Amino acid sequence: MSGQLTIKQLEDKATSVRRDIIRMLEEAGSGHSAGPLGLADLVTTLYFSVMKHQPRDPDWDGRDYFFLSNGHCVPVQYAVMAEAGYFDKDELLTLRKLGSRLQGHPERTRLPGLENTSGPLGSGLSQAAGVAYSLQYLDGQPHRFVYCITGDGELDEGNIWEAAMFAGKYKLRQFVVFVDRNNIQIDGNTEDVMPLEDLAGKWRSFGWHVQEIDGHNIESIQDAVGMAKAIENRPSVIITHTIPGKGVDFMEYDYHWHGVPPNHEQAKKALQELRTLKGKIRHEGQGV
Amino acid sequence: MSKYDLADDILTEEVAIEPIRAGFGRGLKKAGELDANVVALCADLTESVQMHLFREAFPERFIEVGVAEQNLVTIASGLARAGKIPFTASYAAFSPGRNWEQIKTTTALNDQPVKVVGGHAGLYTGPDGATHQMLEDIALMRVMPNMVVVVPGDSIEAEKATIALAVNGKPSYLRLARDKTPIFSTDKSPFEIGKAYVLRPGKDITLFGTGTMTYELLVAAEILAKQKIDAEVVHVPTIKPLDNETILKSVEKTGRAVTVEEAQIAGGLGGAVTELLAEYLPVPIKRLGVEDRYGESGTPREVIEHFGLDGKSLTKKIKTFVDRAPQYKKGF
Repeated sequence: MSGQLTIKQLEDKATSVRRDIIRMLEEAGSGHSAGPLGLADLVTTLYFSVMKHQPRDPDWDGRDYFFLSNGHCVPVQYAVMAEAGYFDKDELLTLRKLGSRLQGHPERTRLPGLENTSGPLGSGLSQAAGVAYSLQYLDGQPHRFVYCITGDGELDEGNIWEAAMFAGKYKLRQFVVFVDRNNIQIDGNTEDVMPLEDLAGKWRSFGWHVQEIDGHNIESIQDAVGMAKAIENRPSVIITHTIPGKGVDFMEYDYHWHGVPPNHEQAKKALQELRTLKGKIRHEGQGV
Repeated sequence: MSKYDLADDILTEEVAIEPIRAGFGRGLKKAGELDANVVALCADLTESVQMHLFREAFPERFIEVGVAEQNLVTIASGLARAGKIPFTASYAAFSPGRNWEQIKTTTALNDQPVKVVGGHAGLYTGPDGATHQMLEDIALMRVMPNMVVVVPGDSIEAEKATIALAVNGKPSYLRLARDKTPIFSTDKSPFEIGKAYVLRPGKDITLFGTGTMTYELLVAAEILAKQKIDAEVVHVPTIKPLDNETILKSVEKTGRAVTVEEAQIAGGLGGAVTELLAEYLPVPIKRLGVEDRYGESGTPREVIEHFGLDGKSLTKKIKTFVDRAPQYKKGF
């Protein structure tokens, strides 16, 4: 399905995904709002214009792999998977409910199409690195890629840097990692809780190819992935600057929305806003 | 029941000794020969945990991750996702001691067939002292759903266990000891994951042992026989899934039980057997092992004796228990 949709069509899909995220979280009555909304453009672009995958055959042996390391952002992955046809959209409203395949944090064994179980931070990156190692050194499959998203607060975890060192040592060239640089974590701004800068310099010193992009500009995402795949002898990290809560005015930039869902009134307001925003999501500073 | 094939002369000075970890090294190489999907990962302790045999035979399937135990098991989880059967090894104090949550989330809950091999477990780690004498691992791993827990009694059994774990399709923990310990089994002795074995039949009490302690119980049972106590020795190399049937059948006959392990008595073999018996056959039971304290430096044998876990010391403790605890009778 790669390369078929226009930027406008991808933006429309991302908006649709945002609306589903709001509906899911309102119905669930718990969960994370800011991160999933901020990642909607990136995850939509990966599933609809970057990755090789087959929603009707999730274990297809020619697929690229997608690992969500920051499992609390899984509502965005569920919404995109439903949009792509992995399962019916009605199921989205079962999020976090007893018996649902859509667990509060993703569980691989419950939902076909998930590659890992995550939530406890810091270990999705190394799971993804394990697959990238296998493709490159054990399976002789140079045309399949492993994509992984980590949070920025998640980078406080030591396990992340163990994985970064590992991927650097083995020059995992089929490995493309996005750091969701939204600058918030539960206790506040990342630079107050535990400073990450110079973030690009850190990754570079671990042997990675580093790019920085606007995570709401779909063309930038596509271009950066193209560059990452062309880099021959190193893993690639794309520091993806996103706005937490993107698309819902009263949530944007506010770390208080990290771990809470909208109530009914807030959801109504958010959905209305997303309707008017439809198709304009990438035009920063032009008002709505 | 067929008789368990015990090695000759095991209760004499002639008993053969070898580190249990050596059996793992041989088993891993054989598992690698049997299945090209077997890969090995180590955290900077390759020879210590005997992975060098595999590394020499299959250099392209050996992955060095450095001193990074969290990464060790999570990289392995990814390799398993890509269809591999990863054996990860470090000292038990660090794996599963340091990376328990990663093991739980990325291998057990995630149901990937990663093998966690904890070397240098227990008091036999000797001079390195308490930091390196892992005593809590059996309990830690036993409470984890999906996890298989195997504690071989000698090097021959460790070899068989390794080959069996390579094909069981489950996340699994294999506990190994560092020092040379007696070999009581033979190539012909049975080993199956989930089975316990009666090594010596008896009628007065059942002595359950795991790992290195099973041999010490064979020694103790011989001394007890001279004191007119006919002890049955049951070797329990798989802590999970526990062989309830063999355990209950034995205790039904003997009416009382002792468990011995080179580990904390809380939660380990003692915990497992006590939980089972308390629910189904509440006989008098005594748990022997390390009792809510840490180990300390000394030669391996000195430390074992200091904690009263050698055959002679065990004999005294078992005798004291037998003298005070009546045999359970049905309808008691």
